[in-house]
Amino acid sequence: MTNTAADRPLEGGLLTLAGVRYQYAGASDWALDGVDLSVEAGRVLAVVGPNDAGKSTLALVASGLAPLAVGGRLEGSVLLGGHETRGLAAHEAAQRCGILFQNPSTQLSGTAHTVWEEVAFGPRNVGLGLAEIVERVEGSLAALRIEHLAPRDPARLSGGQAQLVALASVLALRPRCLALDEPTSQLDPEGTRLVGEAIRRLAGDLGSAILVTEHKTALLERVADTAIALRDGTVVARGTVREVLDDPELVGLGVDPPPAVRLRRALAAAGVPADVRGRALAALTTLDAPGGAEARG
Amino acid sequence: MRGWTGPLVVLAIVVVTATVTRIGRAMRPFVLATIPLIASILLVNTFLYPGAEDVLFRLGPLAATGTGLTEALQAGLRVVAFALSVAVFSLTTPTDDLLADLERRGVGRRGVFVVGSAIRTIPRMAERAGEIVEAQRARGLDTEGSWLRRIRGILPLAGPMILGAVTDVEERTVALEARAFSAPARRTVIRPIPDSPPERAVRWIAGLGAVTLVVLGIAGVLRLP
Repeated sequence: MTNTAADRPLEGGLLTLAGVRYQYAGASDWALDGVDLSVEAGRVLAVVGPNDAGKSTLALVASGLAPLAVGGRLEGSVLLGGHETRGLAAHEAAQRCGILFQNPSTQLSGTAHTVWEEVAFGPRNVGLGLAEIVERVEGSLAALRIEHLAPRDPARLSGGQAQLVALASVLALRPRCLALDEPTSQLDPEGTRLVGEAIRRLAGDLGSAILVTEHKTALLERVADTAIALRDGTVVARGTVREVLDDPELVGLGVDPPPAVRLRRALAAAGVPADVRGRALAALTTLDAPGGAEARG
Repeated sequence: MRGWTGPLVVLAIVVVTATVTRIGRAMRPFVLATIPLIASILLVNTFLYPGAEDVLFRLGPLAATGTGLTEALQAGLRVVAFALSVAVFSLTTPTDDLLADLERRGVGRRGVFVVGSAIRTIPRMAERAGEIVEAQRARGLDTEGSWLRRIRGILPLAGPMILGAVTDVEERTVALEARAFSAPARRTVIRPIPDSPPERAVRWIAGLGAVTLVVLGIAGVLRLP
């Protein structure tokens, strides 16, 4: 499978995993086995793989929550901004690496009556002053362009909106790294688009180092720079996101290639000339881009 | 005999408070909720009060007694006084304000979170129960037939509800850690509740009054019910 130097696994990223093995409490197998990776500031690392490959575990380990909050046994080294997670408390890790789960309803505190209060939940927990809390909450909402949701009841949001609020809640703790665990798995195309745009903005504008696990390879192709493929807790491919998603062996892992790759393969298999293939792919790229549907209409 | 003074004083305070705060209409469900209990107290005490001999009338083998009726009315009055005090409290005190103030006074964040979360979770659990009922109904479960059938339908409803709630708790615990819930710092209060000197004075008077009554009761100066 693909393995290029593009990811350069251990070169001083904001988020670095070196020789990481992780085993859940009571389990006999390693959920992660020998994972090396590094994500630099402003970069997005995509993680693909079949179910049970260890993607969610990787997100938990990268955020420090495993084993700090989840328990279990960790070997190797997880560095958040140069600090070993092993020496941190869970609340300290949370301020270095935020994690976003698949289901926003379990991520939200469930105690706030407005989105504003929900986003303020984390900063309040660490005892920040009121002015700092206001600044962080409004900054987080603005970073995701959801200021208009501030007075809304968090329990009455659409899936996409709730996921963005959950992300804003994570951002309010100002972590430099983010681990996003299938952030669009429960979202419709519009929600997926909103989260995708937010990921690019967070990497580009705030310089966050982002690890994102996803099944939606079309989204990853748009938002990620590099990628790894996991199988049974082991990295089986790494490279630029295009290289990894273009890898023919990915299908064998149960990962659907993005539409552009599938189209290219189908056209090539049908014997369509290269110039026609190029035009078809360009048209598909236009459709996939934000606002593409409107342009088509 | 329990006496009338205590519950009547409480009821008088409740009525004045309800009138001033204009919550009389909203208190109706609380009054209605006490009816089954009051009815059972009246029946049991009026007809079955032990040792009472002042018979008012007979109903078959049962005899209604004056002592039993008086006892029943006093006990019923206490139930109403208690229910309405709770009604006044819940209708005049927003839960958020209560929790915010408890937090400001140093009650642990875990305790406050558990109460707040439970209150906010109730509608969500009700929604989930509705979804599960619909899902079970779609699979042919009779949720509207006889009582026996409905009772039989509880298991398929309770299973997913309980399992779902347990899974939620596990996920939410980790999610809370991800939001620095275990940080040792004192949690910032973002919405201080206004507390005027007269309000503080009333609270002190009420608290001291309650302690005084209990002490006088224990000392035998006032007769405890």
